[in-house]
Amino acid sequence: MDHTRARSGVRDLHPSAGLRHPGGQPAGIGRGANSRQPSDPVPEINTSRLDTILDQRFDELLAAWIVEQLQDFRRGQISESDLRAQCAELLQAVRRALSEGGTTNIASQPWAAARDLLTRVSSQRAQQGFAPSETATFVLSLKRPLFDALRREANDADTLATDVWTVTEVLDRLALFTTEAYLRSREDLITRQQEDMLELSTPVVKLWDGVLALPMIGTLDSSRTQIVMESLLERIVETGADVAILDITGVPTVDTLTAQHLLKTVTAARLMGAECIISGIRPQIAQTIVHLGVDLGDVVTKATLADAFKLALSRIGLSVGRARPATTQAPAAARASSD
Amino acid sequence: MGPVLLVSIQVDLHDQLALSLQDDLTNAITTHGSKGVLIDISALSVVDSFMGRMLANIAGIARVLDAVTVVVGMQPAVAITLVELGLSLEGVRTALNIEKGITMLRAAVAHRDGPLHVMGDADDAD
Repeated sequence: MDHTRARSGVRDLHPSAGLRHPGGQPAGIGRGANSRQPSDPVPEINTSRLDTILDQRFDELLAAWIVEQLQDFRRGQISESDLRAQCAELLQAVRRALSEGGTTNIASQPWAAARDLLTRVSSQRAQQGFAPSETATFVLSLKRPLFDALRREANDADTLATDVWTVTEVLDRLALFTTEAYLRSREDLITRQQEDMLELSTPVVKLWDGVLALPMIGTLDSSRTQIVMESLLERIVETGADVAILDITGVPTVDTLTAQHLLKTVTAARLMGAECIISGIRPQIAQTIVHLGVDLGDVVTKATLADAFKLALSRIGLSVGRARPATTQAPAAARASSD
Repeated sequence: MGPVLLVSIQVDLHDQLALSLQDDLTNAITTHGSKGVLIDISALSVVDSFMGRMLANIAGIARVLDAVTVVVGMQPAVAITLVELGLSLEGVRTALNIEKGITMLRAAVAHRDGPLHVMGDADDAD
């Protein structure tokens, strides 16, 4: 009887409890109106038994846990002393949470310390390049030592089953929480890098009076194209440029969509009275463009930025010539040319 | 301005106004025998597909009447809108500002029927 009630009580706590944001809603939100109160007696008994085991066998558990982790850890990513400190801290936090709160709901207040620690460890591991499974293993590897300890303590199968369930529940929730924290820190990183890339990759440089160059780096999607187009048009107004060179050396692939975006930019610049030259077309890209049947219309294309620049200068009526013999030439050659 | 007509659009053109502008301009080209039309749209901040088509129409009409059209002073936002609307104003010459527009007109007309004298011969010095 005890057993079945314990299970139903446990299940009652379950909805989304393990998936809460740290410092999110207090325990109890999201549960049905007719659900049990947090003072449900059965889980309390279980956690207090667990608490006793943690108290009495703390050092033994910690040692076994660390051994468990060192077995399947990739060496060199984290020092053993760091790992030991993290394990001790987490086990301490779990013990405190169990003795204070007597609840397995890790979204509740007593578990705040454990949650903070896990968030910290996860983001640290995300930065160190750990896999998500490795990060979750940090918590899950505690299962075997705890189960061993429980087995040694247990008197009957019923109690053991209940306790094992409680431990599994707590640890699974902690592991889920860890994985989530890991993903969150990775997503933050990705978002930050995306923003950096957008800023970095759209410079408009002035090559000469009336000649602008736009070295494009990275994949051209619609949002990028929008930014590129706007900054190019603004610079055309600012500098009064007649020619703009779109250099696509840094664009890895060109498909029909990318070509369409390029043509849009060219057309917009033309509407502003500036001629566009597309440069930096690599051999493979030239092949792709033809195979895809992309019609670049009457847009001038050049293989290299240098060729495009030469054409741009001639369009604004300038040409590059040698003012005097190059300094690298031998004196004899210089003399010969002056004769 | 003799052989060149300058149209400066200062208000947002509603459809009726745009049509009457088209009429007036056609008549002006024939009465003055203009060789070039310069349309300044620098004050235009809102543009729609009708406006875009009207600019293309004016250019087409002017071409039939043997005049070159240059649209000048388009704002970046207007250019982006026109491109997004799929209107690339094929066949319409564009320039950044009036000065460049005049230069372009002069070059285009000179290329077609020999030198064109705009704003007096003193300009030819530069």
